[in-house]
Amino acid sequence: MTSPTDLKFTHSHEWVRDNGDGTFTIGISDHAQEALGELVYVELPAIGRHLVAGEVFAVVESTKAASDVYAPLEGDVLEINQALANEPQLLNSEPYATGWLMRLRPTDPSALATLLSGTDYDNGPGA
Amino acid sequence: MEPSVKAIPLASLHRELGAKFGPFAGYEMPIQYPAGLKAEHLHTRAQAGLFDVSHMGQLRVRAHDGTSASLQRALQAALPIDFNGWPLQLQKYSYLLNDAGGIEDDLMLVNCGSEVRIVVNAGNRDADRARLEQLCPALSFDWIDAALIALQGPAAETVLAALDPTAALLRFMHAAQLRLEGALCFTTRSGYTGEDGYEISLPLDAAERIVRRLLSDPRVAPIGLGARDTLRLEAGLPLHGHDITASTSPVEAGLAFAIPASRRGGGALAGGFPGAALVLAQLADGPTRRRVGLVSPETVPIRAPSTLLDATGAAVGQVTSGTVSPSLGQPILMAYVQTGAQPVQAVVRDRRPAVQTVPLPFVPKRYQR
Repeated sequence: MTSPTDLKFTHSHEWVRDNGDGTFTIGISDHAQEALGELVYVELPAIGRHLVAGEVFAVVESTKAASDVYAPLEGDVLEINQALANEPQLLNSEPYATGWLMRLRPTDPSALATLLSGTDYDNGPGA
Repeated sequence: MEPSVKAIPLASLHRELGAKFGPFAGYEMPIQYPAGLKAEHLHTRAQAGLFDVSHMGQLRVRAHDGTSASLQRALQAALPIDFNGWPLQLQKYSYLLNDAGGIEDDLMLVNCGSEVRIVVNAGNRDADRARLEQLCPALSFDWIDAALIALQGPAAETVLAALDPTAALLRFMHAAQLRLEGALCFTTRSGYTGEDGYEISLPLDAAERIVRRLLSDPRVAPIGLGARDTLRLEAGLPLHGHDITASTSPVEAGLAFAIPASRRGGGALAGGFPGAALVLAQLADGPTRRRVGLVSPETVPIRAPSTLLDATGAAVGQVTSGTVSPSLGQPILMAYVQTGAQPVQAVVRDRRPAVQTVPLPFVPKRYQR
């Protein structure tokens, strides 16, 4: 399985898309959703919350377990994917599209360059 | 602590079926198949699921002198059971207690006359055997080197009866030797899903052939341990190491039904098993906490070890198992709650989902009694 090359990734299995308008969209990788199994609940942050890099901003829960999701970068939460409240399984079916988690206004957009490419992520630990 | 992870006999067949494996109690076990946990769970409730539970220990117990009298006397000193009035080939549920009345393991026993067969939990195999050997020096304990599968669900009877019609004649918690694909297989009508079904001990040289034959029936799907856990939770069945442990008593766990009247206060064989003093006292006075089932009307799953709060905000209980029920679509949980207390909320991170105590099981059992 090859991860998209237009996204950036973290070793903790989050992805980041640069929307080109000063905002980033963030989700979890296909590999992560596959490992978690079918999701039954997604807890998302409050809009406006300030996140520092590495902070837990969401919890995704399968029938088996709850897993934390970490902020790949510092920034403010602009929007969350409300559809996941009723359809957490979107995260399984379309992790890079309708299964996104939140839109962030990054404090320092250039920090994106420090994240992994899709190829690096695929070759990295835990992938 | 755990040495190398052990493989079960049919591991390569499960791999061929697309299973995802994970470690469980020292064994590399099929956790789920490509259909996914929810589909597997619902398939078991609707038709029939085939579970490989070969990680569980199958013990054959005999007396050194070969008599059933010695066998029964020794086992009655180790376990709160009574062979008087226990018919041959009937399976019973019991538990191995410590001196404080805590449950070291829960067991399924079949009285086969001069031998008793016991199925023990995978994680407790060695400890159970060591404890039983210590408690029963007059007995010999041998592992039965066989695979163990469970066939569970409303179609289980017709599926298995197609291989051996005797399957349909077995009643709930009864045992028989079935002839499956030419091999004699010790079978009980029991399981751990709340559905009708069977647990079948498969000789190693016939195991794969029998499992392939069962899977060739379109009503049968392979089911992983993930769905086994949600099925047993819906059925209100406790999992050792979670809902029952060495520090919970059978009375607290709501499992005292398995202690016959003769082993209770005033009975013909009262006491005389490890932990009897505490268990008999709790039977007389009532426990200070009980295992109960709860549901939540909200969507957030409530898992172990969440705390439960009463209306004043006081902590009155702790969750031991919880999930979102695939059948009911809502959070279900089992917890120990202080006697007399009424939990109304659970603590899940910064959320406080409402909870309500309900009778167990969450989903009705469908045993063929």
